[in-house]
Amino acid sequence: MMTSQVKPLSPDLDRPPPHKVERKRGIIVFMDRNRRALSALLVLAGLMLVFILLGPSTFLNPLIYTAIFRTLPIPILLTVSLVFVIVEGEIDLSFGSILGLSTWAFAAAVASGWNPFLSVVFALVVGGCTGFVNGLIVTRLGLSSLVSTLGMSFLLRGLIHVGTQGNGISLTFLNDTPFYQVSVGSVWGFPVHMIWGLAFAAVAMLLFNHHRFGAHVCCVGDNPESSREMGINVPRVKRLAFIFVGIASGMAGVLSGLNNQMFYPGSGEDLLMPVLAAAFVGGTPTWGGVGTVAGAVIGACSVGVIETGIVAAGVSHLYKNFFYGLIIILAVSGHKLNEPQYR
Amino acid sequence: METRFLELKNITKSFGKVSALDRVNLFIKGEPEIVALIGDNGAGKSTLIKIISGVLQPDSGEIYVKAEKVDHWSVAKARAARIETVYQDRALVVQQTIARNIFMGREKTGFLGFVRGKEQSIESDRLMRMIGFTSKVFSSDSVVAKLSGGERGGVAIARAMYFEADLLILDEPTTALSLTESEKVFDFVRKAKERGTSCIFISHNIYHAYDVAERFIILDRGRVVREIDKEQTTAEKLVRDLQEIAHRGHRPAEGGVGQGGR
Repeated sequence: MMTSQVKPLSPDLDRPPPHKVERKRGIIVFMDRNRRALSALLVLAGLMLVFILLGPSTFLNPLIYTAIFRTLPIPILLTVSLVFVIVEGEIDLSFGSILGLSTWAFAAAVASGWNPFLSVVFALVVGGCTGFVNGLIVTRLGLSSLVSTLGMSFLLRGLIHVGTQGNGISLTFLNDTPFYQVSVGSVWGFPVHMIWGLAFAAVAMLLFNHHRFGAHVCCVGDNPESSREMGINVPRVKRLAFIFVGIASGMAGVLSGLNNQMFYPGSGEDLLMPVLAAAFVGGTPTWGGVGTVAGAVIGACSVGVIETGIVAAGVSHLYKNFFYGLIIILAVSGHKLNEPQYR
Repeated sequence: METRFLELKNITKSFGKVSALDRVNLFIKGEPEIVALIGDNGAGKSTLIKIISGVLQPDSGEIYVKAEKVDHWSVAKARAARIETVYQDRALVVQQTIARNIFMGREKTGFLGFVRGKEQSIESDRLMRMIGFTSKVFSSDSVVAKLSGGERGGVAIARAMYFEADLLILDEPTTALSLTESEKVFDFVRKAKERGTSCIFISHNIYHAYDVAERFIILDRGRVVREIDKEQTTAEKLVRDLQEIAHRGHRPAEGGVGQGGR
């Protein structure tokens, strides 16, 4: 078996392609690239339709949206950042407690006379550092992020309880200051913090889709061994994503503290399940390597309207959790059907 | 004597109690050459390759690039020394696009580290065309999971080609490839040599290896047991050598080097 009579392969780069390069254009490419986000949008549209049909008086009233928008930026910030961690094949369950810790840091700083803007930076640093610790535990100690961040969640919450002795800090003295206006005030009835949430989502979207960091996050989640072989610093990318969640939680903590006009030791406790649900309803699959930031925003909106919607639809509150769960399972089944077929 | 491009001295590597490489010496000449690394399964070929490419750190031993000792050898340093590797597992991320796979780990970036996506996809299209590894229509935006085994191999090789290495390492480049596809790979290796690129490759097909390589390094249980130039041997003789080495290993009474564990 000799192969020396191989026809030389022409190194000529300008040679016309041996086949016609098929390049689909326009709407098809857009739909294919954004299939997960679009399927999340379909879920949201379906939900809205059902809720409008069942509770038209509530859902056709613009006031309900102002109410939803007042609380929505916090889940948006958290869900969007969580996508990075899920896509790289990890999970972070401690964001609720990081939020609590950052709110405490912010409230304590501003109550002790710090400049509010400086206090925001302080809260972000606290959040980022906590995320860094999460990342170190996962990459250095090699612990499962599911377990270690669960532990971290309890640990931080315990720290808050011990540190505050269970006491909250009122932030009402910030009301009507210019700082309050630019953070959680409103412009023509539209909550300003919704703008902050969407701006953060836009930055995250750029990072995820067009930045080296986003590309590395996808590669690491897709195949960590390949990523290592191709020179990506896998532990560093993982740590950065945990830091990103920490910073987002810090920002969410400041907004939630200002929105509630106080810090209370349990802040962020009730966000864990809705935010996790939002990420998956938003179309990011659990296996890593792929995900969507735009979908996460839509997922957060979906989860945000479910709660209001179930009440507005006139269903007894006893059914609330049942329908909540049903909607989540239906949404994720829909995403499953929409997955591309590979060989 | 001219400076050697790469030299490994006394490389030892073990995984727990299993010794994978034992005081291995290996060099690549300064002028382009094609070296075949052959040996039985478990001989340590892939481990040696991973050490050269910087994925694994040796337990002890030294690495010299152009006669200069390099400490803390890593993937980044190997790349800086213009060593490109096509791994046995192809090192692809299958849910990502061809373009992302080709530029993985060294994206073309512009302002603030943002990826120049359009440039990457144009370059990838050009590369895929050049390698001609297509049996069906696809573009650089296609997801790798949609490609056949041969096409995936093509993507991995295109990636190594793009960065124009001085030393190209191919770990079993022709497994799972059709005959014509294998021929293309070896043709590419010869062409690369003409352009000044040395190549180390692992192959289980001695006849293929004999056809392309100029020097053969036979590994057996973590040791370099023979180094032969092409002029000194024939394909048949190489096969006999390999069989002899393999049989020797199965008789524990002889030699008694105490490396067992097979």
